[in-house]
Amino acid sequence: MRPALRPVPDLSRALANGELSAAALLDDCLDRIGTLDGVLNAMIHVDEKGARRAALAADRRFANGAPRGPLDGIPVILKDNIAAAGLPLTCGSRILGDYVPPRDAAVTARLRAAGAVILGKANLDEFGMGSSNEHSAFGAARNPHDPSHVPGGSSGGSCVAVAAGYAPLAFGTDTGGSVRLPASWCGVVGFKPTYGRVSRSGLVAFASSLDQIGPVARTVEGAALAFAAVRGHDPSDATSLPDPPGEKDAARNRGRKPVRGMRVGVIRGFLGAGVDAAVITRAEKAIAALARAGATVHDVELPHARYAIAAYYVIASAEASSNLARFDGVRYGRRAEDPASLEDLYVRTRTEGFGAEVRRRILLGTFALSAGYAPEYYGRASRVRDLIRRDFDDAFAGADVLVSPVAPTPAFPLGERVSDPLSMYLTDAMTIPASLAGLPAASVPMGAVGGLPVGLQILGPAGRDGRVLRVGAALEAELGPAAPPALTGASS
Amino acid sequence: MVHPDEVRHVARLARLALTPAEAEEAAGQLGRILEYVELLREVEDDDAAAPGPGSSSAASAPPAAVAPPAAPLRPDEPGEVLTREEALAPAPRTDGETFLVPPVLDGGDRS
Repeated sequence: MRPALRPVPDLSRALANGELSAAALLDDCLDRIGTLDGVLNAMIHVDEKGARRAALAADRRFANGAPRGPLDGIPVILKDNIAAAGLPLTCGSRILGDYVPPRDAAVTARLRAAGAVILGKANLDEFGMGSSNEHSAFGAARNPHDPSHVPGGSSGGSCVAVAAGYAPLAFGTDTGGSVRLPASWCGVVGFKPTYGRVSRSGLVAFASSLDQIGPVARTVEGAALAFAAVRGHDPSDATSLPDPPGEKDAARNRGRKPVRGMRVGVIRGFLGAGVDAAVITRAEKAIAALARAGATVHDVELPHARYAIAAYYVIASAEASSNLARFDGVRYGRRAEDPASLEDLYVRTRTEGFGAEVRRRILLGTFALSAGYAPEYYGRASRVRDLIRRDFDDAFAGADVLVSPVAPTPAFPLGERVSDPLSMYLTDAMTIPASLAGLPAASVPMGAVGGLPVGLQILGPAGRDGRVLRVGAALEAELGPAAPPALTGASS
Repeated sequence: MVHPDEVRHVARLARLALTPAEAEEAAGQLGRILEYVELLREVEDDDAAAPGPGSSSAASAPPAAVAPPAAPLRPDEPGEVLTREEALAPAPRTDGETFLVPPVLDGGDRS
């Protein structure tokens, strides 16, 4: 198998024992990007020079017998809402102009300290708002399993990149499902940590009470290694949490049967009406695989989950309307030409700079927070959020993890939903509840429907990220590795 | 369900411009989304009134945050800051010391 398609743990071993050099691995990744990205459009910026420097430094460390750890020499791609010093930061928008951040995000700094080779920035729905990567000022990204279909979003570019072998590892952000959904639709592993376990410092905020940075990899072990490299308290993020005591990561549980005796709760409401029958079949097969591995399975209910989408779109849009107020043409980014007044500067900069979906959500969020409406919309949505959190507490009283499909269908064709915002929002029905409750959640490949990958969602109680990853690893072991995309017709 | 005038008011608050056609379209789209959000009315008020396990403070509490209620504070000491150069480097209009904006007084915005 060519280096660019090998999983992270495999590459770490190969780099450590001298079988492969970081420079050669990087070359293979750059070759993949050059061959495929003309069609897949997953990359906004590729930093070949910086990456080569980092790979060279890694090779020197390997030659001296002093590698930094499992991510040393590993190429990593970052969603383009995560800051990397010296690289353009666009958030998939026109409004940031040619902004270049002076500092790394906390996650970026930790990755560099681990020796990772930062390869470039991935395409995304603008400011993280979208489920298909069609709302980008840089054009839609395409699904490597079928380029006439969407890859999912908003972290579409990151998941395409890993699936297509641009890098063995990427990072995305997940606010309502934006790592889990594209991961499931691209046939790779995506993980959203417990809210607070990965620093948001240097991540351009969309919805501050929901955003989380998470890894995308070909295997659960790769995602676990990536999570271990970036997690932990960061004093520059006031919502950052220390690692809970006794948390073990999946990497340390190879060879055991970690799900024996584990109670798996199936969110039965997510395997019924509105979900593709073929998706349900794949989910039931995956659940049966967990049972074969020794888990006990029972059904659970989340009585208030039916209100989750509505609550989420109010809360996320409200927070976004506040967070995006900073884009006004004054301190950074694009600025309207010849403004007649300060008001004109603000209005034209923002109207010209933001895409349609972002403007729509800013309007919705502003409406939900405006005088007279705030208690009705934002207040009520927040109370519903508490009820959903309580539903999960009740479910976890009798279960160690919960499972469901990630999405009601596999990836849809490009253009199918982009003009109907509400139908796009319904894609997130199954991922949103865990976001509202701040719970750790993974998407693990569970096969394909009509040639398009689908994933199983695994959720855990807050702080039990290691447990979620262990169950994911067990599922992966039972089902076997996901097939990489054939990429017929995707080569330019 | 949402009148274009309401949309124009909200757009002003958000510092976004809408053409009349866009205001109509936004009113329609927002209306459909808000109709959907009406679903939240089904949740009884007393359903939410009783505090559950892990929820903080009294019945009149503001919406609960996801992070623990009492986040620890750091010592009140200055840390690393952006230099003036770093802060001004991305500025679209600067005199080298400050960010430049159109005049706010005397001929500036009065609306």
